[in-house]
Amino acid sequence: MKHLSIATGALLASVALTSVAQAQTTLSMWYHGAGNEGEAKVLNQIITDFNASQTDWKVELQSFPQAAYNDSVVAGALAGNLPDILDVDGPVMPNWAWAGYMQPLQIDETKIANFLPGPKGVWDGKLYSIGLWDAAVALVTRKSTLEELKLRTPTLEEPWTLEEFNGAMEAAKASGKFEYALDLGMAWTGEWYPYAFSPFLQSFGGDLVDRSSYKTAEGALNGDAAMAFGNWWQGLFKNGYAQATQDPADRDNGFGAGKYAFSWNGNWAALGALKAFDDTVFLPAPNFGAGAKIGAASWQFGVSAKSQHPDGASKFIEFALQDKYLADFANTTGLIPATASAAAMTENYKEGGPLAVYYAMTNANAMVRPVTPGYVVEAKVFEKALADIANGAEVAATLDAATDEINADIEKNQGYGHK
Amino acid sequence: MAISADNHGLRLIVRYAVLILIAVIFIFPLVFMVMSSLKPDQQLLADTASLRAFLPVGDISLDNYWAAFKRAPVALFVMNSVIVTGVTVALSLFLCSTAAFSFVFINWKGRDVILSIILATLIVPFETIAIPLLLISSKLPWIGLDGLTFGWLNSYRVQIIPFIVDGLTIFLFVQFFKDLPSELIEAARVEGASWFQIYRRIVMPLSGPVLATAAILKFLVMYNQYLWPLMVVQEEGYRPVMVGLQYFFQLNRAWGEIMAYLSLITVPVLAFYLYLQKAFIASIASTGVKG
Repeated sequence: MKHLSIATGALLASVALTSVAQAQTTLSMWYHGAGNEGEAKVLNQIITDFNASQTDWKVELQSFPQAAYNDSVVAGALAGNLPDILDVDGPVMPNWAWAGYMQPLQIDETKIANFLPGPKGVWDGKLYSIGLWDAAVALVTRKSTLEELKLRTPTLEEPWTLEEFNGAMEAAKASGKFEYALDLGMAWTGEWYPYAFSPFLQSFGGDLVDRSSYKTAEGALNGDAAMAFGNWWQGLFKNGYAQATQDPADRDNGFGAGKYAFSWNGNWAALGALKAFDDTVFLPAPNFGAGAKIGAASWQFGVSAKSQHPDGASKFIEFALQDKYLADFANTTGLIPATASAAAMTENYKEGGPLAVYYAMTNANAMVRPVTPGYVVEAKVFEKALADIANGAEVAATLDAATDEINADIEKNQGYGHK
Repeated sequence: MAISADNHGLRLIVRYAVLILIAVIFIFPLVFMVMSSLKPDQQLLADTASLRAFLPVGDISLDNYWAAFKRAPVALFVMNSVIVTGVTVALSLFLCSTAAFSFVFINWKGRDVILSIILATLIVPFETIAIPLLLISSKLPWIGLDGLTFGWLNSYRVQIIPFIVDGLTIFLFVQFFKDLPSELIEAARVEGASWFQIYRRIVMPLSGPVLATAAILKFLVMYNQYLWPLMVVQEEGYRPVMVGLQYFFQLNRAWGEIMAYLSLITVPVLAFYLYLQKAFIASIASTGVKG
């Protein structure tokens, strides 16, 4: 009789559990991290925890390789086949929101009050996406190099000026110890150009587009400040400080192999640089006149416009914003956690940690790329212009042509909805 | 006489030297790929500056292969590509050859116009029809185990069916069939053979070279598909090898793993080519037509 009771109880329990499982509504999710074991592990853990934490929703993940992700989303949108939850690169978000691929998030915004500004994806006054991390770029070098070249160590409060930066390049070149003074990462095409190099333009006082209206690039990309930037940029290559075309292998290993005195690189490569030399230091961006700038905004989570369950999708995103997950991602990927409290939970970004300086740099110098649907075109035009100038194209003509191309695109798209 | 023999010997040496040089040019990238797949990244990059890049020297292991299997479902991607490519090639050879047969041997009204239209599609790049094709494919009906469903996305059929028939393959068959002796066809008709019997028993056995050529070209196009599967396949379970290659292009590239993956996905291509090369030679030897 006792055995019968146990069996009946077990049967009822399994039926109840099955009912709960069946009651969960499935939320599909697309993510750009296929092939990245570390990211997959953390994200799968978040999904497992979320699915077990409540009985209403069940998230199912579909991962894509990063290089194929944006095209897959655009194709999915055309075919009416978007998931409930997707991730989006921060600067691309306004384009997807404007194109009708995404809808505003339904999350409690007090929960992101302490987030760095970069991970908050705001378009047209509404929060469309939120990131668990940010990324930052620094000038990587060795303490011994600074000492040998007799260079001042710049700080966030007192970064190098244009003269100091140029002097450092000249000193590194004159030392004869390096193949090139500076590794800019020219081997990384695509988004790296606007992400890593437009802050130089902004530090000169220019920009990809006039942010007061977002309706023209006139004056921003071809004004005096932009011309000064363009001439300086070309000088880096003309003077032999940097190479206009770079072997990808040199980008990956050149600094560690001693080919470059300085490397302009992201925090995701910082642990490798620390491993290469025990005296590696991360210097803040120089100030070329209009303040020191670095790029901000990395990958973020959002809800597709097609989702029939924006409440559930937003619940998952809100669940993922816990400090412990922010810290897990940072520990696994080397990226910067979006909150100070999560940073304190990590080995690298806690006070005194080897990468803590990146959190401070992001806090002090981060500037999001132009928040406009036209950014996707502006980024490509800027990339081509910079590559052309690096290879010897005439600066004024190239920047004028780039400005015209951006303006034509804005006009063609009726101003991208900017009022 | 002696001078002539010397000249002959010299010519032979030069000819072989040129052939060996050409063979080396073609084989070296493959050797580099396989050798690099056996080396750790640091050594791989260091060796690229010397001939060591083509030799199995230094720290040699299969670690990159294990890592590649860990990073991506390599076997699944290869299987998907082999299924999609194999089925497409087989159906393409049949349908394109039957279409060409009707254009060349059967008189029907409007065939020249239709053939011209088909050949005109050769100048239309796939990219221009990709989006309309995507929109159509996403709404097409299908009857399967789940009954009637709409939308072909995330399936093998969406990667196969749009590519079965194409202008180039039909053109290849048409050109080849035109050169076959018409006496053979006429004699068979006089003997009372049906069109399908003529196709199966006379034309196809003589078409080894064009079958091999069309199969190789189709195989390469299908095996290298990237844009279309990127657009229509969101589920990992249906992804082909070229989309899978992107799994290895992370910010910090693992070159050894990339070379290991490329070595693995090259195996079916080489196997198919070597198989058809044999068939190609055999078919040429057996297609002599005596007058």
